[in-house]
Amino acid sequence: MSRVAGYGRVDRRGTVTITVDGTPYTGHPGDTVASVLLAHDARPQTTSVKYGRPRGITSSWTEDPTGLIQVEEPFPEPMLLAATVEATDGLVVRGVNGQGRLAEVPDTARYDRRHHHCDVLVVGAGPAGLVAARTAARAGQDVVLVDDRPVAGGTLTGTETIDGAPSLAFVDEVVAELAALGVTHLQRTTAFGHYDDGFVLALERRGETARTRQRVHRIRAGRVVVAAGAIERPVVFEDNDRPGVMLASAARDLLHRHGVLAGREVVVFTTDDAAYAAAADLADAGATVRVLDARERAPQGRRQRCEERGIPVETGTLVHGTRGGERLTAALVGPERREVPCDLLLVSGGWNPTAHLVSHVGGTLVHDPAIGAFRPATPTPDGVTAVGAANGTFALADVLREAGGTDAPVAEPPEWPEPTLVLWRTAGDPTRQFVDVARDATVADMERAVGAGMTHPEHVKRYTTIGTAHDQGKTSGILALGILAELTGRPIQEVGTTTFRPPYTPVAFAALAGRERGDLFDPVRTTPLQAWHVAAGAEFEDVGQWKRARHYPHAGEDMTAAVLRECAAVRTSVGIMDASTLGKIDVRGPDAPVLLDRLYTNMMSSLKVGRVRYGVMCGNDGMVVDDGTVLRLAEDRYLVTTTTGNATHVLDGMEEWLQTEWPDLRVRLTSVTEQWSIAAVAGPRSRDVIGAVFPDVDASNDAFGFMTWQDTTLDGVPVRLARISFSGELAFEVTVSSWYYPAVWERLLEAGQEYGITPYGTETMHVLRAEKGYPIIGQDTDGTVSPHDLGMSWAVSKKKDDFVGKRSYARPENRNPLRKQLVSLLPTDAATKLPEGSQIVDFCADGVLPPAPVPMLGHVTSSYHSAALARPFALALVKGGRERLGEVVHVPVGDELVAARIGETVLVDPEGARRDG
Amino acid sequence: MQLIACPWCGPREETEFSFGGQAGVAYPEHPASLTDEQWAHFVFFRDNPKGPAAERWVHAAGCRRWFTAVRDTRTHRFLTTPELTS
Repeated sequence: MSRVAGYGRVDRRGTVTITVDGTPYTGHPGDTVASVLLAHDARPQTTSVKYGRPRGITSSWTEDPTGLIQVEEPFPEPMLLAATVEATDGLVVRGVNGQGRLAEVPDTARYDRRHHHCDVLVVGAGPAGLVAARTAARAGQDVVLVDDRPVAGGTLTGTETIDGAPSLAFVDEVVAELAALGVTHLQRTTAFGHYDDGFVLALERRGETARTRQRVHRIRAGRVVVAAGAIERPVVFEDNDRPGVMLASAARDLLHRHGVLAGREVVVFTTDDAAYAAAADLADAGATVRVLDARERAPQGRRQRCEERGIPVETGTLVHGTRGGERLTAALVGPERREVPCDLLLVSGGWNPTAHLVSHVGGTLVHDPAIGAFRPATPTPDGVTAVGAANGTFALADVLREAGGTDAPVAEPPEWPEPTLVLWRTAGDPTRQFVDVARDATVADMERAVGAGMTHPEHVKRYTTIGTAHDQGKTSGILALGILAELTGRPIQEVGTTTFRPPYTPVAFAALAGRERGDLFDPVRTTPLQAWHVAAGAEFEDVGQWKRARHYPHAGEDMTAAVLRECAAVRTSVGIMDASTLGKIDVRGPDAPVLLDRLYTNMMSSLKVGRVRYGVMCGNDGMVVDDGTVLRLAEDRYLVTTTTGNATHVLDGMEEWLQTEWPDLRVRLTSVTEQWSIAAVAGPRSRDVIGAVFPDVDASNDAFGFMTWQDTTLDGVPVRLARISFSGELAFEVTVSSWYYPAVWERLLEAGQEYGITPYGTETMHVLRAEKGYPIIGQDTDGTVSPHDLGMSWAVSKKKDDFVGKRSYARPENRNPLRKQLVSLLPTDAATKLPEGSQIVDFCADGVLPPAPVPMLGHVTSSYHSAALARPFALALVKGGRERLGEVVHVPVGDELVAARIGETVLVDPEGARRDG
Repeated sequence: MQLIACPWCGPREETEFSFGGQAGVAYPEHPASLTDEQWAHFVFFRDNPKGPAAERWVHAAGCRRWFTAVRDTRTHRFLTTPELTS
């Protein structure tokens, strides 16, 4: 055991048992997996990703490049750090050999999000962050304070004095004051991304017993204060990846936070003053310590305190390598590689400000020779400040002053520092000098990158993979820059940096998804008949966000059989379909006719009240955007219907024209899609059904002509009837307020019973309309198809001076005889249903495809079995198709070439005799 | 995620907005009198400036009103308070 009495903030009265690599270990509440293991002189069984070399624990928090574990219980999660996973009772983990494994069981935990709006967001609750938050809160500002550790205090160990009190007492006092001032203070919460205008995403780890495992806080702050501290920088030497090599700050952190002594025989190799505190503290806790300072001069006061403790301090001394197998046994010191026995080699090469959140929003970093590191350049981006170690200010008294201004607490004046020596690596074999321990990337790899001509850090990063592991180069990134500077003979400030991008630490996709999973992923829209469809055994298909009944299979029927039955019912008797999802736009105002004349290719101003017209809308390029029927309700009012999937798009497009191009037009557009529901009653017996349900209406052909509408009532409820047909059959659309729709639907079914009224779905509707050659915009068109290409020149007005798209029809390309045109295809074997999307190849010889690239004539857009034709048929866009009627073309289906004859698009009732019943 | 100042609703998150391209490209008064090339320029060609650009935006998930704003394409910063499009 390496637990030291009197140290650390773990709760020693409590015990937690965790299992690591099959072995149970006991620890205390407040421990991490790493601190439990180190307390037992153990490490996770991990090996490196490329060379399979043993890996230990290199640091005590998120910067650790090693110490990767896979959590197995309570819920499998890969690639976490032993240093950051809190030890909770029953936790089961194992070391990761290279790569982790995603859970194979569904994650039943809850993840959610919360929104915050504040004046000031402070990131980091170390001394800088606490004081910055306190100063802002005292000034009456709304403050949010987030910190990724379980408790506030940052790197304060309790040995410091602030405002005359022990530092941890000061921390408690500030935390209490912040709570009293109403500050939102979140621990275990990592600000992982910083975006424009003070927007910060932070991940809170709430634990397994919480109702929500993890929560993403979306914080919009007027000002962001980055007080994220600094990360100690290692020095590269031979075999610096051996378990037992650790950052000096980590050993000190483990001692003061967890009461764990990470080694007994300790060598501290430093180029910086801060490691002396680690040396002194570890010696006080019972370790044998030796300091090797790379600098010629050691800091006087610190050296003296070490020597008082019997810690030898050697200056101008470098570590060149290590000895040991799976664990460290000695450091190799000096050019003569003298073996200095040790079980822990602490390394400190100075400190790198944690300026990621400044960099995320475009803040640049500048190399500051005074600290031998990159720090945020001034000015920082608008609304963003960095304070304390994140800003390159390391002495506690200076940190407090910078964070608190005139309201700052005071600490002891800093000791006279000895400047940090910038040392990236010591002499040795570059193939065993690991720059990125997580990626097994060595100095030799960097030499190869430079030898291949790469000099920019972004190139070297991608070539060597340095900085691309789970830690995103928190310890290796700057080292790589320094070594690159050396290898290319440039000062480091000329090398530049790579760009820090979110997330700062890995974030589970489950947390980002939050509650928007499964049913909550996207809204599902259903008509008032949804329950009826389900009860009737409908199969559904998604159309945009809508659930639409696709067909209603009887027992033993597949889709083909059900659709053939439904089609036959409509063609021979009567069918009924829920058409409520059609987009409906109420167009109202004295200039409504003008607007619709400009937007539709055909004339809408001439449409008489009481009548219905089919219309096509195009874009400026003349290509079809949507189609639908238009009902003229009054001189100043129309009801426009759109395809289901295009409803919002069409309304938005109409609004755009109205607002931005013709704001002088007195028209208002209102979506009434959800307010009105539509039942389509189609088939030769539909008139009987309508007549029975609405006895006040004369549904005869003379009194109720095709493409007209009439209002009536049913038990006092207003109903609109329209003779609109999308099947070619006699048909009525019954429109009623969505509240009364299910009741009206039942009445229609009841009246249709004696004719065997058959509910039909969208698939059946598609077949029926295709038999009549009616295109579906978005299925038979793809944005490159004009009304003429669809054979709908009749719907393009020649009278109107202009409408959207008109000018484009005069372009030569629009008159190109080789444009793709909509035609029907009948497979000559009368048996093959051509797969939709199949290509039509320009090929007339038998059997064998010509060599690639095979010339393409077009493609199949719709394809079905037809009950009326008793054979499969298809619609297709074919180059010059209208000129090729009667010709046979070939469609590869699997390994076969299927011959199909080109024909007119209308295959059923071409003379239109059926529409009047 | 940027805040965009909707002239009706005030600052809202950018995901509520849709971009509508270059502002000030008026629908030609007499399209029929344009050459094919002039018409093609109206339909397909837009400026792509580096720096300030007048753009159309719509508060699609809010009030659904269109407005014009000047934005610096290098920094994404909006340089003017948006105005209602006329």
